[in-house]
Amino acid sequence: MSALQLWRSVLSKDLRLAARRRSDAINPLIFLLMVITLFPLGVGPGPDILSRIAPGIIWVAALLATLLGVDRIFKDDYADGSLEQLCLLPQPLAFTVSAKMVSHWLLSGLPLVILSPLLALLLNLPGSAYGALSLSLLFGTPALSALAATGASLTLPLQRGSALVSLILLPLFIPILIFATSAVESAGMGMAVHGQLAILAAISVLTVTLAPLAVAAGVRMSVN
Amino acid sequence: MKHKTTEPLPRLRAHELSSVRGGRTLFEHVSFEVHAGELWQITGANGAGKSTLLRMLAGLMPSSSGRIEFNNQPIQYDRSVYHQQLLFIGHKPAVKAELTALENVYWQRRLSGDKTAQQDSSSDWDLLETIGLLGLEDEVTGRLSAGQQRRVALTRLWHSQAPLWILDEPFTALDVKGIAMLQQRFQTHLGQGGSIVMTSHQALSLASLNPKQRHLGETYANAMGAQS
Repeated sequence: MSALQLWRSVLSKDLRLAARRRSDAINPLIFLLMVITLFPLGVGPGPDILSRIAPGIIWVAALLATLLGVDRIFKDDYADGSLEQLCLLPQPLAFTVSAKMVSHWLLSGLPLVILSPLLALLLNLPGSAYGALSLSLLFGTPALSALAATGASLTLPLQRGSALVSLILLPLFIPILIFATSAVESAGMGMAVHGQLAILAAISVLTVTLAPLAVAAGVRMSVN
Repeated sequence: MKHKTTEPLPRLRAHELSSVRGGRTLFEHVSFEVHAGELWQITGANGAGKSTLLRMLAGLMPSSSGRIEFNNQPIQYDRSVYHQQLLFIGHKPAVKAELTALENVYWQRRLSGDKTAQQDSSSDWDLLETIGLLGLEDEVTGRLSAGQQRRVALTRLWHSQAPLWILDEPFTALDVKGIAMLQQRFQTHLGQGGSIVMTSHQALSLASLNPKQRHLGETYANAMGAQS
């Protein structure tokens, strides 16, 4: 079997499992929606304040929602031995684990991109920033998934690894947060955003290409 | 050690393996050769390092010293070739609790590189019949008993083409019928020139298959004497 066929098999198995256990996949999204609906109640409904802080809230909520879903990537496969079997396939592990990264993105990053106009509406984001918000999420979330998978693979054998994962990941998320919110803010003020979006895309390309190698090494280490 | 004249090269050779974890030596100087058609049973008390040894042999874990060769080549040399020839079933069954038995079999086949794998295919149904799970195919595996889940995991043995099997306690949780079924499968595999390295506390279940034994632990010298 070619590596590509196997890759597709891993991906579709992951998606099938997520469909069986919807609450796990939906939980981070619900968390995100809750944060975003609660903020206007907390800071008061003044549209000026809201549209001023909207990019930051949306992106911080997206980062925290990603952290919430980190466990899902490998935990079950590790617990039931599927991860061992992945390590024992003749195909390169870095390639097969990238399928798991992609499935994580399809279930956490892509819904965010799709929901972004709704999030923008809830926080009274200026109309001119809608496109920049969607694009920043589209370019930034792949990097989040890649980094999340890396963090998850490193802390698999730990019973209570969540706190450690957060500590490992948050510093890595910060550059993404800075460039993404800056893009959305600039768009809101009618300025060009190509620069920030290009950097976001570059970060994503870099992490998505290199993370599988780190994830594969992390998984091998955790499995033994 | 007796060699088959037709195949003088051992399929799998463990040479002077040792395991040191956290400053404690689990075992050392473990050497043995597995030939085609041979069943090796690794014995030893709980905690003697049986599972560790099997995981080393499978290439999931590096050995602290010594080397493992498959067809005369170190297993690290070309991992993909080795893993094509290997079937490993460990403690953990690699069975998804959310999927039904039939789906589990389908995904097992698909991920093990079986191009003919099809959802709901008749060969999968045949497999389920062989392992005695017919009638439970639509049940979510998480709701099956431990023995039934074990059977789902063991279906790999029926559709795998690998000549070398490394099995960690395959008889666990199986009933008498299940054990007999597994013995029969072992017999066929060995008859076709396959090799099995396994651990089991149930010496009787394997007696009919003439297992060669390697003991880990204190009674090392005695076990060496019995090994022929």
